[in-house]
Amino acid sequence: MTPVSLYTQAILMLAALVLFTSFALLAQARMFALIRLYAWQGTLLAVTTALVAWVTHQPRLYISALLTLGLKALLIPWFLNRLVIRLGLQHETEVLQGNSLILLGAAALTVFSYYVVMPIVQLSTLVTRNVIAVSLAVILLGLLLIIVRRKAVTQVVGFMCMENGLFFAAVASTYGMPMVVELGVAFDVLVASILFGVFFLHIRDSIDSLDVDRLNQLREGDD
Amino acid sequence: MNPPADAVYPMLLIPLVGVIALGVIGHSRRAGWVNIAISAATFVASLRLALGVLKHGPLLTTSKMFYIDSFNVYLLVLTAFVGLTTAIFSRTYMLDEMKLGRVSTKRLQLYHAMYQGFLLTMLLALSTNNLGILWVAMEGATLATVLLVSLYRTPESIEAAWKYFILCGVGIAQALFGTVLLFFAAQRVVRNRHQALLWNILYAHAAYLDPAVMGLAFVFLLVGYGTKVGLVPLHNWLPDAHSEGPTPISAVLSGLLLNVALYALVRIKMLADPTLGALPGELMMGFGMLSFIVAVLFLHRQRDIKRLYSYSSIEHMGLMTFGFGVGGALATFAALLHMTVHSLTKSSIFVTAGHAAHIAGSQSIDRIRGLIRTQPAVGWGLLIGTVAIAGFPPFGIFTSEFLLLVATMQSWPWLTIPLLIGLVVALAGLFRQVQPMVYGEAMPDQRPTRTSMVPVVVHLALVLWLGLAIPAFLAQWFNHATFLISGSSLP
Amino acid sequence: MAYPLTAWALALLQTLLFIASAPLLCGWVKRVRCAFQNRASPPLWQPYRDLGKLFRKSVILAEEASWLFRATPYIVLAAMVLAAAVIPLIAVNLPTDAIADVIVLVGFLALGRFFIALAGLDIGTAFGGIGSSREMMVSSLAEPAMLMAVFTISMTASSTNLSTAMHYLLQSGLVLRPSFVFTAAGLMMVAVAESGRLPVDNPATHLELTMIHEGMILEYSGRHLALIEWASEIKFMIYAVLIADIFLPWGIATRVTPWELLSGVVAITVKLALLAVLLGAVESGLAKMRLFRVPEFLNLAFLLCLLGLLSHIILEVAI
Repeated sequence: MTPVSLYTQAILMLAALVLFTSFALLAQARMFALIRLYAWQGTLLAVTTALVAWVTHQPRLYISALLTLGLKALLIPWFLNRLVIRLGLQHETEVLQGNSLILLGAAALTVFSYYVVMPIVQLSTLVTRNVIAVSLAVILLGLLLIIVRRKAVTQVVGFMCMENGLFFAAVASTYGMPMVVELGVAFDVLVASILFGVFFLHIRDSIDSLDVDRLNQLREGDD
Repeated sequence: MNPPADAVYPMLLIPLVGVIALGVIGHSRRAGWVNIAISAATFVASLRLALGVLKHGPLLTTSKMFYIDSFNVYLLVLTAFVGLTTAIFSRTYMLDEMKLGRVSTKRLQLYHAMYQGFLLTMLLALSTNNLGILWVAMEGATLATVLLVSLYRTPESIEAAWKYFILCGVGIAQALFGTVLLFFAAQRVVRNRHQALLWNILYAHAAYLDPAVMGLAFVFLLVGYGTKVGLVPLHNWLPDAHSEGPTPISAVLSGLLLNVALYALVRIKMLADPTLGALPGELMMGFGMLSFIVAVLFLHRQRDIKRLYSYSSIEHMGLMTFGFGVGGALATFAALLHMTVHSLTKSSIFVTAGHAAHIAGSQSIDRIRGLIRTQPAVGWGLLIGTVAIAGFPPFGIFTSEFLLLVATMQSWPWLTIPLLIGLVVALAGLFRQVQPMVYGEAMPDQRPTRTSMVPVVVHLALVLWLGLAIPAFLAQWFNHATFLISGSSLP
Repeated sequence: MAYPLTAWALALLQTLLFIASAPLLCGWVKRVRCAFQNRASPPLWQPYRDLGKLFRKSVILAEEASWLFRATPYIVLAAMVLAAAVIPLIAVNLPTDAIADVIVLVGFLALGRFFIALAGLDIGTAFGGIGSSREMMVSSLAEPAMLMAVFTISMTASSTNLSTAMHYLLQSGLVLRPSFVFTAAGLMMVAVAESGRLPVDNPATHLELTMIHEGMILEYSGRHLALIEWASEIKFMIYAVLIADIFLPWGIATRVTPWELLSGVVAITVKLALLAVLLGAVESGLAKMRLFRVPEFLNLAFLLCLLGLLSHIILEVAI
């Protein structure tokens, strides 16, 4: 075991906290709290990125960090918050069924992602290589959130979490994608979040609720 | 500067201008014509580019951002062409929808702008040299079309759009993770990190990429882009999105989006092949075969005309994926040809299906009866289109399916049996449903509609032509592309 | 390894100090709570007075009480004293540390709990039964979490021996370990649940609907009650010392010199005092949970410990 600098330890610490926010999202039923957690995850992500930039002397990463902070920690949460208020969902809570099982499943997914990225971690020489597994876990936990929840807002938060995980993966495994790609992805995320907002209004107008479960008209064949 | 390669810029700029222009004037009655004009200009630009490739071989812009070789150039032309013909169809169709009161002027504006936006993302995805941009464009295609799927704002269409959005978004996220892994693998080989996602650079270094990482990356990319191709079991969004959106959108989704997603997948396979050996091909064969069989069985259960044909799309995408998976010159050639003819045929079928639905006032197969009596052009169009898609000679689909069967016979003989059975079952499924729609007694409340059969006639004529003889320059492109993809070409 | 006699003496002294100061810690927590709630507080040594008073009182046994009921206070106290002997309080590398590792420690705690639960059932009163069944529910959920935490620590130090682990942690200096953050949080929740404190159980009331620990020992009196109260005070201290030792090991004596030992005593006193302030603050801020919320609370603890283990494996092993 070689001694590691305190900064690297801090990066790992932050990565673990990002993972923790993903778990917390799965355990959280209130809309506002969900959005706040999502904002925290974005903030942690931005701080981690900035720290990686500092440790590895990659000035480009500061731009990514700023982009993340602006988009995922401020703009999108603000936008979602406004939507929730506008749709009158402030006091909406979701019924969480079998939540301990889901959380155990989430832990299993984390283990799974650890094994999946093992070959990459072994090849990598970056200080952030151990974080790759965490980033995949964040992606998969976002996916889990989309699968187990029924509220449109929650599903969107899950979707955005997956995006967070992807960004994290890029930072952890390669110190970020080329700038043009990163900007493109950020643009897509921005447009997606606006479209989600439009969709909330449409869904509410059409089924008078934001329970995606009620969207079940389309089935196969004979009914 | 590199003049032949720079022809790519007007091809991308024209639809971009189109998005802005139609965003402003898309609600006017003349917007349909503007849409056609822009699509025509794009088509001309793509032809110019194609000529350049024909003369100079593969083109790379000076910025290295765009790379055109014989594989994507024919898809570019095809995309621009189907975009144009569908725009012609969409003018009358959308005017009709306006008259029926199903869309407001505001939504028409959105529709026109996003139609061009969709074409832009398709062309960008095809022409870019950067795999990251490819991803951005694929996601952009979802974003551009998702509001079009829910254009009618019925609960069903909103449900379809939501499913489309979430499923494709989730799927494509896996592809981005795969891209990150690919970038990781490339960074260990390519010195300049700014070039490590450029396809032509990666292709040159493909043999040195780390197999373990490439294996992972390929699986993630297969799942990601496979969702967009509509591979089973990731296909759930496809029938919904196709059936609930406006018909021109169904036509371009089926004819273009699926193709471009498959294109992305094949590009990735080309990178993975040197290090992974047979694995990518076998995975694609597996997914392709599964999609083919499941879709064929589901064909029989459909009650909605557009769902019926969207399952047929899954079936054909499965066949193409299978074909690319089999590999080798013959199968690859067949799959490339199949991409072309399926795209042409399927978009023409969606055009006629849209007309048929207007005539009957419903998309339900039970309500569409006796089309040949009510409006012979639509009836015959649907019948001939179905004959073509089912793989009857002398249409092009017969040629490509025949080649694919021969190729399968050569390398995986026992797999020809499920393929043959599947094709027969698909044929039965299609004709069982189409026969009463086309013949049979007309329903009393059916009314003839304003049609634009030009796209149908042109597309089916082209498919017929490709079935009878493939023109030399096209054969040369296909052969080049086959060589690029499979490493060998047809004699 | 042969230890000199002084080391044995020191170990004995440490254990005695441990069990003797346990009531003091409880008194301190009480004071802190009172201070937070703006109440006049009992003196710091009130727990000693209570114990003394109970020892002087005579024992009243229920008619149905068997030998089990009478033996339980002694068994429980013995288990706790043994457990306390294993834990380094002011110095590491003492001979008693080598006798048992951290898993045995968990076993001692379980042994005590097992007998108390049996004794609660032994009398056959309703409250005893309720208390026992609730205690078992809580512990069946808390124990996996506890073990998870133990695994994380032993994997980090590559040893299940507490003293060795602490030695390792001291040597590796200040390392930010994400796994330890999660484990510390999880272990604190487990400690709160296991030592019967708010928000899981309220040691200050005998409200039949909510009590857990108090339900089981309702029938005890006099000397027996004193022993059990003392045992639970030791148990509380065990958890507190564990948390203080593992997550903030600095200050503990690694060599047997007067100066080091003195600094060890000061360090553990300060650490425990601070920990008690934290606990008092939390307890004052929280209401008691309804009983069926307790599994959720403990699931969270388990999850935190599991996350600690996972982040140890994922983030820390390869560096």
